[in-house]
Amino acid sequence: MTLTGFLAAIGRPVLAALAGVGRVSLFAGSVLSHLVRPPFYAREFGHALMQIGWFSIPVVGLTALFTGGALALQIYSGGARFNAESVVPSIVAIGMARELGPVLGGLMVAARVASSIAAEIGTMKVTEQIDALVTLSTNPIKYLAVPRVLAATLAVPVLVAVGDSIGIMGGWLVGITRLDFNSAAYLKTTVDFLETWDVLSGMVKGAAFGFIVALMGCYFGMTSGRGAQGVGAATKSAVVAASVIILAANYVLTEVFFTS
Amino acid sequence: MIELRSVQKTFGSNRVLRGIDLTLPKGQSMVVIGGSGTGKSVLLKCILGLVRPDAGTITLDGQDVAKAERDAFLARFGMLFQGGALFDSLKVWENVAFRLMRGASALPKDQARAIALEKLRRVGLTPAVADQFPAELSGGMQKRVGLARAIAAEPEIIFFDEPTTGLDPIMSGVINDLIREIVVEMGATAMTITHDMSSVRAIADRVAMLHAGVIQWTGPVTEMDTASDPYLQQFIHGRAEGPIASVR
Ligand SMILES: Nc1ncnc2c1ncn2[C@@H]1O[C@H](COP(=O)(O)OP(=O)(O)OP(=O)(O)O)[C@@H](O)[C@H]1O
Ligand SMILES: [Mg+2]
Repeated sequence: MTLTGFLAAIGRPVLAALAGVGRVSLFAGSVLSHLVRPPFYAREFGHALMQIGWFSIPVVGLTALFTGGALALQIYSGGARFNAESVVPSIVAIGMARELGPVLGGLMVAARVASSIAAEIGTMKVTEQIDALVTLSTNPIKYLAVPRVLAATLAVPVLVAVGDSIGIMGGWLVGITRLDFNSAAYLKTTVDFLETWDVLSGMVKGAAFGFIVALMGCYFGMTSGRGAQGVGAATKSAVVAASVIILAANYVLTEVFFTS
Repeated sequence: MIELRSVQKTFGSNRVLRGIDLTLPKGQSMVVIGGSGTGKSVLLKCILGLVRPDAGTITLDGQDVAKAERDAFLARFGMLFQGGALFDSLKVWENVAFRLMRGASALPKDQARAIALEKLRRVGLTPAVADQFPAELSGGMQKRVGLARAIAAEPEIIFFDEPTTGLDPIMSGVINDLIREIVVEMGATAMTITHDMSSVRAIADRVAMLHAGVIQWTGPVTEMDTASDPYLQQFIHGRAEGPIASVR
């Protein structure tokens, strides 16, 4: 392979990736600019809020419950190595609120919501419904993307808070049934050690993750290729992109929030 | 009046439109015919700005459509898509009334619904379907709902992409009459794509035949049968033998 051929082989995917980042950024900018200009589609927003927020509670709750329980077991057995079993309640609470609640909640929402948004909008694209919207003088970004992105950005922090509570409850359940903690003492330690910022930072992360999830779903849906295959590829890309960006964003936000 | 001048569109290596010149006079009904896959639907989408032509100009009343103010421009149009393109999250009547309930001159809900029911009746659908969802309807019924949606706001210019495909002969007749009525009574300008030669004769003032990316023949419908163009004659008589290859 010649040197130029080699450089071209590296350059092409890099350029493609940069172009992709550029297109997503432009799309995000367009969504944000439409967010602040009327009309606002309240009915679509309400519908999205139900779909993204309310109906995600079971899956986020179950994830948090089992994670909180497993976390309590792990911290107990890990803590036992240096006689620190008593840290279980506080570490479960801090771990859930700062890290696991938002990240696992975000990932579950990515699986559930980014996929359904991408599939729905992608199908609308391949069946010409997006074209039909345009001919009916309705901006697809305003009508389809803005309500979903706004709903996800507002709903996911609440989901995170619900998940935090259920996760802490999972830890408590395991603590009192399996680890011989006193129920009242467990709860008291949890409350004493948990700071407002622990919970708040997790909710801010949740808002960012919600934005990412809906944005990816809408972007890949609207740029879906033709046919069922196009929609399938769009759905897959939306979930993968949302998940990876959530994890990357989580690292960045953690740096920003917790290193001084 | 809509004018297209050397409009070209290529998808990858597929040169679909290779220089379309076509004039659609105001208040007339133009029917576009041509083989499957020759780019008839793409042509309509180019005029609406849903597909951006690679070259050429399209003007509406002398104004370049690419530079027109989009909302005002689109408000003058109605479009029936080939596949119906109904919004499947909305009920049938909400689909039909979609434009009526939006924009600056939005109507109240019950008024919009009344108009939607009236338009549904005109395309031969009973009020019973109004509260169903598009997925619950047959293909031909969906097509007719799409038609009702296209004419709901009484636009000046209406595009119909295969309005009678998938309909029974009686319903085709009803739809042909309706399109004719819209042009004659409401003075609308219509552009219809169809493969159904009886529709062509029922609807058209003028006919344009698309072949190999250009307008192969265009003229008044009355001259269609006597025109000497061999492509046109093969097409309207549906002969397998002739200048148009049967494998494309
Ligand atoms: N978005 C697109 N991307 C790539 N190719 C396209 C696209 N839209 C249309 N084409 C191609 O353009 C050609 C013309 O398509 P078009 O839908 O206009 O045909 P048509 O004349 O309407 O045919 P039919 O009578 O079967 O509806 C086809 O070869 C099609 O594959
Ligand atoms: Mg077509």
